[in-house]
Amino acid sequence: MFSRLAYSIKQSFSQMGRNKGMYFTSICAITAMMLILGLFFVAFVNVDTFTETLKENYNVVQVYMDDENSKDDNKELGKTIEAMNGVDKVDFVSKDEALKTLKKRWGDNAYLLDNLQSNPLPNSYMVYVEDSDAAASVSKAAEGTDGVSDVVYYQDTIEKLAAVTHFIEVGSVVVMVFLIIISILIVANTIKLTVFNREKEISIMKYLGATDWFVRGPFIYGGIFMGILSSAVATGLIYVIYSKLMKVIGADVARMLSVTLVPAEYLTVNLLIIFVALGVGIGTVGSIISIRRFLMK
Amino acid sequence: MIIFKDVCKNYGENIGLSRASVHIKKGDFVFLVGPSGAGKTTFIRLILKEIEPDRGTITLAGKDITNLSRREIPEVRQKIGMVFQDFRLLEKKTVYENVAFAMEVLHRSKKEIKERVPYVLDLVGIADKADRYPHELSAGEQQRVGIARAIVNRPRVLIADEPTGNLDPVTAMEIMSLLEKINVRGTTVLMVTHAKDIVDKMHKRVVAIENGKIARDEHGSYGFETVNPYYISGEEVDPYVF
Repeated sequence: MFSRLAYSIKQSFSQMGRNKGMYFTSICAITAMMLILGLFFVAFVNVDTFTETLKENYNVVQVYMDDENSKDDNKELGKTIEAMNGVDKVDFVSKDEALKTLKKRWGDNAYLLDNLQSNPLPNSYMVYVEDSDAAASVSKAAEGTDGVSDVVYYQDTIEKLAAVTHFIEVGSVVVMVFLIIISILIVANTIKLTVFNREKEISIMKYLGATDWFVRGPFIYGGIFMGILSSAVATGLIYVIYSKLMKVIGADVARMLSVTLVPAEYLTVNLLIIFVALGVGIGTVGSIISIRRFLMK
Repeated sequence: MIIFKDVCKNYGENIGLSRASVHIKKGDFVFLVGPSGAGKTTFIRLILKEIEPDRGTITLAGKDITNLSRREIPEVRQKIGMVFQDFRLLEKKTVYENVAFAMEVLHRSKKEIKERVPYVLDLVGIADKADRYPHELSAGEQQRVGIARAIVNRPRVLIADEPTGNLDPVTAMEIMSLLEKINVRGTTVLMVTHAKDIVDKMHKRVVAIENGKIARDEHGSYGFETVNPYYISGEEVDPYVF
């Protein structure tokens, strides 16, 4: 068994040696495809992570109290909100705490707040909800409750973002599928040319009683080799590009959006696994397609 | 060794083989003759399982091979050694490598290949040309390599498709005596030919096909008149002239 495998692999390398130029060109083309594929993948993963982070951060509904409410009224309200469906946790934020937080956020400009006659900020509850559906229902219910002055929830923003993310995700998948098909065709064509070069040898093999797998083997290994090599090179390039990109704009963009980009190492390892699997798949499918016709002869 | 029972094969409206029944016994030497398009190639392709019969049964070495799956075909072909008119040698391989290739295809061990190939090359009389490439050999020598490749895996049947078609009469007779030598050693030989002089000289069993039918099956002579397209006024002509 092992010697058969070794023989097939040896044959596939001698085959590649005889068609060096063609294999090299194809590997470059597939690498380019995979590079684009990888960049889409990187964008896909980051957008996805970004939206997830946003969703988590915005699963908070802020419920503001009327200033006329007594302490007991506010306590009652807190209990009512906490009892609502989909509410995880409720935190009371007093007027004073709210002002303190605001002063902190304003930093050097906080002195402007010192001149206030009275604290204009209302008491409020930070209501942590399970998901965006719960956020919508809780904010609606809270709005209709007596003693509540206002409810703030960034539903619109999130929905718009989710729509954009969804569009990017679908777009990425379409482009990826398209690029995978092109890669398969490149492999199939390269192998087909190799098969043409060896047509006589294949016909003799068949007269000698070679099994289909014996004939197919070297071509499939050649296809797989092309796939793996291309994916390895593409992953390496993406790692370099992505790390550089993160260094140049990553930190600033991340601070602005208050989300972190997926670390290059983590992404590259996953990408390598996916790409190698993809490369093996592309190589196998491509070569099987191209040799099928010759075996049926 | 090869039994055809009522075998029919049509290509659309054209008849390939019509109710052909032939029994070739182990150790036989049989000439398959007939005009071009008579059905000789169909006969061979049916044995090789390149095509399926429409009707009838075909048995090879005791096994019914009429209906086989694709997977089972290699096993059939391993029982057959094939010799071609145009030799079909691999130009980039030496004589030794061409013959060894046939054994590699069947996953024979290196040790076995090292022992068997020189023996077979010696048997066909080209042991001294083992390191040469096909283009460095004469047509007769190339056909010897073709025969060596065909017998190296010890087939039960040797099918030779016009093996002397590209050879001069003297070389052709040398190849014939080689085939006879192989036959004497126990291999059944089925040879397709147009060479009337060879068939007449050899006095072997002759199966003649005409219009897809077995027209004659007896020991003796060729029986057709000037059907050889390369045979003009008694003189063998190199087919490449045409």
